[in-house]
Amino acid sequence: MAFKLPNQLRALYTATNYHHHHRILSPLAGASQSFVFSLRRLFADVPPLSDPSSAPPPLYPHSTKTSLAPSSLNQYELAKFAAIAETWWDSEGPFKPLHALNPTRLAFIRSTLCRHFRRDSYSAKPFEGLKFVDVGCGGGILSEPLARMGATVTGVDAVEKNIKIARLHAVWPFTNLSPIWIPQLQRLNIVAQQLLVEEQRTFDAVIALEVIEHVAEPAEFCKSLATLTVPGGATVISTINRSIRAYATAIIAAEYLLHWLPKGTHQWSSFLTPEELVLILQRASISVQEMAGFAYNPLTGRWSLSDDISVNFIAFGTKNSQ
Amino acid sequence: MNRLIRRKFGEVYRLKVPQRNFCANGAATNSAQPGYSQDSKIGHYDIAIVGGGMVGMAFACSLASMPLTKDLNVAIIDSNPALSSGVSIKKEEPPDPRVSTVTPATISIFKEIGAWKYIEQNRHAYFDKMQVWDYTGLGYTRYNARDANKEVLGCVVENRVLLSSLLSCLQSADFRKTIYPSRLLTLHRNSSSTKVDSHSSGLPLHGQGNLVKLDLIDGSSLHAKLVVGADGSKSRVRELAGIKTTGWNYSQNAIICTVEHAVENQCAWQRFLPAGPIALLPVGDNFSNIVWTMNPKEANDHKMMNGDEFIKDVNHALDYGFGPHPKSSMFGDGGIFSWLKADVTSASEFFEIPPKVIRLVSDRMMFPLSLMHANNYASKNIVLIGDSAHTVHPLAGQGVNLGFGDAFALSRVIAEGIAVGTDIGEVTMLKKFEVERKTANIAMMAILDGFQKAYSVDFGPLNILRAAAFHVAQHVSPLKRGIISYASGEQRLPLFS
Ligand SMILES: Cc1cc2nc3c(=O)[nH]c(=O)nc-3n(C[C@H](O)[C@H](O)[C@H](O)COP(=O)(O)OP(=O)(O)OC[C@H]3O[C@@H](n4cnc5c(N)ncnc54)[C@H](O)[C@@H]3O)c2cc1C
Ligand SMILES: C[S@@+](CC[C@H](N)C(=O)[O-])C[C@H]1O[C@@H](n2cnc3c(N)ncnc32)[C@H](O)[C@@H]1O
Repeated sequence: MAFKLPNQLRALYTATNYHHHHRILSPLAGASQSFVFSLRRLFADVPPLSDPSSAPPPLYPHSTKTSLAPSSLNQYELAKFAAIAETWWDSEGPFKPLHALNPTRLAFIRSTLCRHFRRDSYSAKPFEGLKFVDVGCGGGILSEPLARMGATVTGVDAVEKNIKIARLHAVWPFTNLSPIWIPQLQRLNIVAQQLLVEEQRTFDAVIALEVIEHVAEPAEFCKSLATLTVPGGATVISTINRSIRAYATAIIAAEYLLHWLPKGTHQWSSFLTPEELVLILQRASISVQEMAGFAYNPLTGRWSLSDDISVNFIAFGTKNSQ
Repeated sequence: MNRLIRRKFGEVYRLKVPQRNFCANGAATNSAQPGYSQDSKIGHYDIAIVGGGMVGMAFACSLASMPLTKDLNVAIIDSNPALSSGVSIKKEEPPDPRVSTVTPATISIFKEIGAWKYIEQNRHAYFDKMQVWDYTGLGYTRYNARDANKEVLGCVVENRVLLSSLLSCLQSADFRKTIYPSRLLTLHRNSSSTKVDSHSSGLPLHGQGNLVKLDLIDGSSLHAKLVVGADGSKSRVRELAGIKTTGWNYSQNAIICTVEHAVENQCAWQRFLPAGPIALLPVGDNFSNIVWTMNPKEANDHKMMNGDEFIKDVNHALDYGFGPHPKSSMFGDGGIFSWLKADVTSASEFFEIPPKVIRLVSDRMMFPLSLMHANNYASKNIVLIGDSAHTVHPLAGQGVNLGFGDAFALSRVIAEGIAVGTDIGEVTMLKKFEVERKTANIAMMAILDGFQKAYSVDFGPLNILRAAAFHVAQHVSPLKRGIISYASGEQRLPLFS
């Protein structure tokens, strides 16, 4: 299995090292507009504005929320998760897509991290001796398999209820999994320092799956993730693309048609494109090495890894070791 | 179905643990429960295999052979003393009448898990020819391994040889296994008894039923994340899990026994008689195994009659009994199918008469035949393999091969699950196994059932059609190849690819 960076993206990524933004962006579909859009979001301290061409259709119930200040936007996001916290481990409940996606995204993590840390890919516990932090761990859907794969996992989440669920579920037989509640985790840089100073901890791998679309300041968030990562360590992020297809697939299908997700789980305007993610990680000293998309097969109900990053995608990067 | 299972567990559960939430609220109370006072002494396992028959042991061997599963902590529950003390097989004893015809697909998997070398140290009989004919004298079919580009069509092995080889294989592996020489009594899905976080009070205990407690008839207990029911057609695991079955009896019995010839038999023979097929399978040296399907009364008579008379009947049934030998000239030479003959026929493909039986060398055993299929193979923390999930007509010798197929498929699915950190009791993972195997098993069951039906009804015209079909099969090489590769377990979809 090779999850190679799509060529487009690789071009973008290598080119950014030479600061030739204009040239590399031109081949990207609708690039100039979305780039302006993303610059506003990523590098200015203002909430994203509604752009008529890329804004979600009126159908979307929470489009008005974009006018709220970042902090309240977060409160709103967190309240949504707190409301459905009890259902984390119901594989047919609101978190069904995460359960269904789990083997696939874990296969990506296993494959990339085994290679990165030079671990035996035939081992049942390839991550033994490595320290991972699962940022925005929720009820621990991802933390538990990672712990089973041998990693010492610290799960952190901004919602106390989630952490309670995660603790309760992980009671047995895990000795290598500790969920921690960190209020206002969006200020992860502070938390990172706290963890660093008080517990003298950095992590071999920092993993934040399906979280960045819920935070107010993605760039700050990525910087915090980088602070938590040891030099030469790994960062894995997955999220949903800000494409029309993603809007159609993820929001309409998942929230409205299939009723997988409670309505309003996703704010389309807060989605990042893969290019944007690569850029902000780059600025946080994390080089994206591999990226893959998730493809859903409605016939089998299963997900698989694919080259198509137009809807859901996952990225693996390494922290530059200067 | 799910409701059924839950109710079942609910009942058992209530007896010992008053309430789920109750456990969550205070761990201390657990130890006051009589059922849990000894919990610290109860073994915790990743997998409990209930039933150490051929399929259960093959599953254990397969786990032991794969890097991702070899470190699992496994318990095997079976009262068969052979599991602890070993199977003693004396070479000078005649073969046991309980034998299996293993397919090339099974052989290659046995080689992969390292069990085949032990089979080769014991008595076994490869065969590369098979002749099927019927009593009407209209047609016959001979299969040759060459037609399917194979070395052998299969191998007949005594069940005790299969079991002891799998035991040797498991013993030689570096594998953590514990054998419980007992039988399963009940299952409880329970919350684990270890410490419960005091901060967690008031929250529902999602996922705390991640362990199953097994109580055995000798009073001992154990916990496991996954219970594998490999306990045969009357599976207790299936019953306790509330899994329903579909099936019927054939109102036919099979008589099995070992016989001796004056010469070595190297071919598998099967002749369809009015009441069912008789099979003569080579089992090594000058011995053959007989599986003779009859109506229950006939079967009983044949079990009771004296040995010499029985042998006479066997020889009769394999020769001129009930009807003439098929004449290859009937269709083959000058008949409508003659144009097909040119490219396939070789001297060895002519009809032959099986070697005469000279002596009965074992007891005659009798089994009722039935078809049974479990509606589900998997529920949360519980999965069925082998005869506990399905029994088939022994016609094509597929029974245990389907079970071996289950065993290897399940161990692979578990390995894939472990690779991505899945809880091995998780039903979504177990359902992957179910989907994969149901397809294969149902296809084979339908074919065997169809065969059985076609051959148990004695209508003249149907027999002629059947004979004609045999005849065509005999002379069309690609068609035959399809039949053989399916019967030898290599093909996934029926029938003539
Ligand atoms: C007449 C006849 C002829 C056959 N011929 C062939 C053939 O030629 N080729 C072929 O492939 N197949 C043949 N079969 C089918 C084959 O024998 C079975 O498919 C095979 O034995 C199934 O293996 P198993 O391990 O699933 O079950 P079993 O062999 O039935 O083993 C079940 C095990 O579970 C144990 N057990 C049961 N209950 C409990 C309990 N409560 N607790 C603990 N342990 C328990 C038993 O002690 C036993 O060891 C034939 C069957 C019959 C009846
Ligand atoms: C969609 S869930 C993903 C859960 C988990 N990472 C997974 O993929 O299975 C998002 C989680 O991120 C948490 N979260 C949302 N905003 C956050 C923030 N600003 N800081 C930390 N966690 C946040 C939520 O509480 C929720 O548990």
